[in-house]
Amino acid sequence: MSSVLVVMEQNAGAWHRMSWETLAAGQEMARQLGVEINGAVVGADVSALASELASKRLNRVYAVTHDLLGQYSPDGMTAALEQLIRKTAPDFVLFPHTYQVRDFAPKLATRFGQTLVPDVIGYRLSGQDLVLVRQLFQGKLNADIRFKSDGVRFASIQAGAFRAEAVEAGQAQVETITPDLNPGLIRTKAEEPFREAARAVDLSAAELIVSVGRGIGEKENLPLVQELAEALGAELAASRPICDNGWLPMERQVGSSGQTVAPKLYLAVGISGAIQHLVGMKGAKTIVAINKDPNAPIFEVADYGIVGDLFEVVPALIEEIRKVKG
Amino acid sequence: MKILVAIKQVAARDSQFKVDASGHWVEESDLSFEINEPDAYALEEALQLKERHGGEVVALCAGPARAVSGIREALAKGADRAIHIEVEDLTQFDALGVARLLAKAAETESADLLLTGLQSDDLGYGQTGVILAELLGVPHATIIMAVEKQDGSIRVKRELENGWFQNVTLPLPAVLAVQSGISKLRYATLMGIKKAKSKEIRRLTASDLGVPPSLNIVMERVYTPEKTKRTELLDGDPKQAAAALVEKLKFEARVL
Ligand SMILES: Cc1cc2nc3c(=O)[nH]c(=O)nc-3n(C[C@H](O)[C@H](O)[C@H](O)COP(=O)(O)OP(=O)(O)OC[C@H]3O[C@@H](n4cnc5c(N)ncnc54)[C@H](O)[C@@H]3O)c2cc1C
Repeated sequence: MSSVLVVMEQNAGAWHRMSWETLAAGQEMARQLGVEINGAVVGADVSALASELASKRLNRVYAVTHDLLGQYSPDGMTAALEQLIRKTAPDFVLFPHTYQVRDFAPKLATRFGQTLVPDVIGYRLSGQDLVLVRQLFQGKLNADIRFKSDGVRFASIQAGAFRAEAVEAGQAQVETITPDLNPGLIRTKAEEPFREAARAVDLSAAELIVSVGRGIGEKENLPLVQELAEALGAELAASRPICDNGWLPMERQVGSSGQTVAPKLYLAVGISGAIQHLVGMKGAKTIVAINKDPNAPIFEVADYGIVGDLFEVVPALIEEIRKVKG
Repeated sequence: MKILVAIKQVAARDSQFKVDASGHWVEESDLSFEINEPDAYALEEALQLKERHGGEVVALCAGPARAVSGIREALAKGADRAIHIEVEDLTQFDALGVARLLAKAAETESADLLLTGLQSDDLGYGQTGVILAELLGVPHATIIMAVEKQDGSIRVKRELENGWFQNVTLPLPAVLAVQSGISKLRYATLMGIKKAKSKEIRRLTASDLGVPPSLNIVMERVYTPEKTKRTELLDGDPKQAAAALVEKLKFEARVL
């Protein structure tokens, strides 16, 4: 029987929330294709997670279990999933597009002579196949991708593209799979995850945030947005390149590698709106974007926008805010 | 230590794109090109490793004739020599196809370390390094923020999500996919630019390498995304737009 397999991600016994979004995508695709839908969870002991997963609309849950899978390694994960896929022969394998999936899924697809379609934002049915949609040029264009070769199709799903709440409940059988692995297979040695020094600013509690991106051009121009933040009584945040350059400390970075914020107001100045930035601020109540490029993807999430040169708009904005706030 | 760095040339960041007549790609004639940013960081890391430990840095690039300017830039910054796999139309290779080209060329070099950028700013597949490692049968690590050479192995700092990190040790040879921001990029000096002119660029073709064009996945159509959200754009000169925004913030968003 044809099937879609959704590989869920868990870390130390906790689900990665994007797993549910991917499961929602998988359920919808399988229904439309008229095929089975199965889920997999991988680890040293995943019995609790597997039974939770079994309460969703799935034909089967594969609990892929081995002591060597207790800590993630690309070698261990790839070998385990390769064996599962050879055994169960799905037509489609879906992953959440997480940092971990980036690290092993292309390797897994290569084992099958296939090419992963990463970071998918949508799809449409084309006969018994899927045409997948993904972004190019950091969200400026989209592309429809079609599979050309036969065999198993691999894809990963972008954060926020499908709704976790759409996952349908049901009842599934749990099947425990013990892959054949040995310690010699795992060539990398990982240490415990850690955080850099404690954060002095907690942006997640901020009500108002002014966030600055590469559009600011140079470090010398930062006082302009600092002044805007002060006029508003807002915290200052930034996109990644600003922190990479050391213009602002990393603790002010918003996005998938930085902080996730949900203020009442998020004012993005000279930020293009790459997905890794959007995941960190999409939850803001009101989003305002100031950008000279009317096609910048940030306008896809903004409630209000000003298309223009920030060096003209921001001084005017500071003046108007001061008038109102007195 | 011999280090191979894969660099790709991509459209400059501020480009405005037009879909080409075929509908499968963008009009390239009016674009300017630069080294993909994460690849520039990979090159920087390679140069710093060489400065600390000695050895050689070889830039490896698959791309059309225009990519030579990117290769020259890498040489000017300090790469010792380069390999250019000349492919006029990169859209005839998908991520696996490109990695096969790079792997075949890499096999002729037996480097200790291969660096790639984490992903390209154009296609954003983010797979080249990982596939390359699999094809070469060597271990890899991705999203690298620091590299420390040890005896016969390498210890790297990987970025995890939400501000977490993890150190990982890999035996050499290995592939690392480097994240933007790993260090500060250097500029090419005038001296470097002059020296680059006499540095070797070995030219290879896909058929020299025995890798035919291959596509498991094809871009059927490239297009401007439809807006799904209506942003209220505030028009007028900067002063008018700013005043209109402040109105909205005060009376609609109620944050002032
Ligand atoms: C694994 C991974 C993790 C990442 N994590 C994060 C993360 O946590 N946070 C993050 O932010 N990014 C992250 N990124 C990077 C992300 O992909 C983008 O590269 C980054 O967000 C871009 O930052 P930016 O918008 O400031 O710069 P750009 O994309 O360069 O955009 C600059 C914008 O400024 C505009 N502009 C330029 N000049 C002016 C002017 N004078 N007036 C008005 N507008 C102007 C331009 O039109 C453009 O839209 C990550 C990437 C990867 C691969």
